Amino acid sequence: MSKFTFPESIRSRPIYGTLEARVGPAHLLVADAHGAEAILDVATPQMMEKAHIIYIPKGEDYEDKLRALKPASFYSGPSYPAAEPRLRKALADAKMGLQVYLAGTEGLMGQAQNAAMAAGIPHTAIQTEHRGSIARRMQCVHCKGITEEVETDPFVCSHCGLNLFVRDHYSRRLAAYQGVRVDAEDPGNVPTPKGIYE
Amino acid sequence: MTIQFNDETFRDDYSFYNSERAIKRFPFPFHEDSYMYSVNMEQHRGGPKDSVYEKRFDVDEHYVSEMRDRAMVLADDPLRCQSLPHMTLAGWDLLELIMVSKSEDYPDLFELHRDGNKWRWINKPLGIDDSFVFLDEATLPYGPMEYITRQAQGDFCVLDQRDDNLWMDAGMVTTQADWSLDFDIGMNFFEWHAPVPLAHEKGIFVRALKFLLNIQQGAPARRLNWTMTVNPLLDTSPENYHKWGIQKTTLTPENIGAKQHLRVELQTFFRLPRSNALVFPIRCYLCSFQDLMTVPKWGRRLHRVVRDLPDELATYKGFIDNRPMMLDYLKNFDDGLPTSAGIWPDLETEPALET
Repeated sequence: MSKFTFPESIRSRPIYGTLEARVGPAHLLVADAHGAEAILDVATPQMMEKAHIIYIPKGEDYEDKLRALKPASFYSGPSYPAAEPRLRKALADAKMGLQVYLAGTEGLMGQAQNAAMAAGIPHTAIQTEHRGSIARRMQCVHCKGITEEVETDPFVCSHCGLNLFVRDHYSRRLAAYQGVRVDAEDPGNVPTPKGIYE
Repeated sequence: MTIQFNDETFRDDYSFYNSERAIKRFPFPFHEDSYMYSVNMEQHRGGPKDSVYEKRFDVDEHYVSEMRDRAMVLADDPLRCQSLPHMTLAGWDLLELIMVSKSEDYPDLFELHRDGNKWRWINKPLGIDDSFVFLDEATLPYGPMEYITRQAQGDFCVLDQRDDNLWMDAGMVTTQADWSLDFDIGMNFFEWHAPVPLAHEKGIFVRALKFLLNIQQGAPARRLNWTMTVNPLLDTSPENYHKWGIQKTTLTPENIGAKQHLRVELQTFFRLPRSNALVFPIRCYLCSFQDLMTVPKWGRRLHRVVRDLPDELATYKGFIDNRPMMLDYLKNFDDGLPTSAGIWPDLETEPALET
């Protein structure tokens, strides 16, 4: 799957790179769906001897290839919330020098980055690479509810039901973009939803 | 001088009003007949007598009612006041700064008695007389930042300084021009300003940050910022935008003079002594167009500024749709005469409107 090139945007919007193998006593790799491709690209036999891979397939068929890398520890789980306790344990047990690699959707990377930051790792020390879906994790600024996997602008808040437009303003603490009511000044006048980058 | 506090509201029936004194001391934000972003910083070391610049924390006729409105906002949405765990010491710094400043600047309204760490704070306008132990949170009804900012007009952002940047790590934000503390908390200077158009490209934020990182204890700074608000609504938060946004559509040629308000922020910046944090009070002043028009210089100038403002800024400030109606109103107060330099009303020297 080819990589999506995000258009230039405002300063709060995250910028993703390309994973590179770094020297470290241990490696924690977290990915979902097509993020597996980034792990396959960066993995070296030396890294895998000290690697812990946490993977959420979301219906994609990469699990066998990842297992074939023979990481020291491998986990495949059904969702990020299901994987999170294991991720937090891995971060809590981490020693100085742990290298963190995140790959896949923005929602997955944002939430895993958040967990790593809560464990004391500066966000600037965490590598990220976007792969796969360009859907966004959105916070409704009005009701504060999070809607996952938002692909259109505007969209309907899955909590309060308001029609929200998709901002580029992003909060690392919430691992979410901001959604704001689109028809506040003209109730009922909701534009036809289109893809976020269309 | 004793202040007569207004009994007024900033919501529902909007009984807010400015006295003649309040209009004359309104911080009109345009020093010339046009506006563009700039790093318009100056030292905050007093100013003309009775101006909003005179005291470190200006207390005016709206004080008691503004604090009542803040309490209502917080009861509805406690997330408007947040402090990340490492910011408690900065909260005590802020409490000290405000208590010392207000008791020195307004001794008839506020008293601070200190005996070592045993402090007694008397706030006469709000009827508060509390004794507590400085730096002991258990002796106050709220955290130190929340306690004192429930008693101080304006929003307060408490910024941690590290990695050559400023971080929005605590704040009391109930009178904001459409930004969310709950969303922005934890962001650095460039991130929380990310949505502002044009200013990044002009290098405004790089220069502003450089200035702010170097602010020293005892040498605070200030600047003015502005936007437009329909009705004297303090809580123009994104959280409640789905409720107040519709009010922007209620302007008519008949009511615009009374309903349309120029909203000015007096932003000040103080270094805090123990935490090395920077506190950034954002004090909101509102004035209706019709009250502003009683100052001929301001009438002429506001028309020219609103008329010539780039579309991006009128959009960002949320009044692009209402701009034609504003101009229809404001042009009646612009006779084309030149205006004097500076923000002050100059009522004695500027000519009356030619009709």
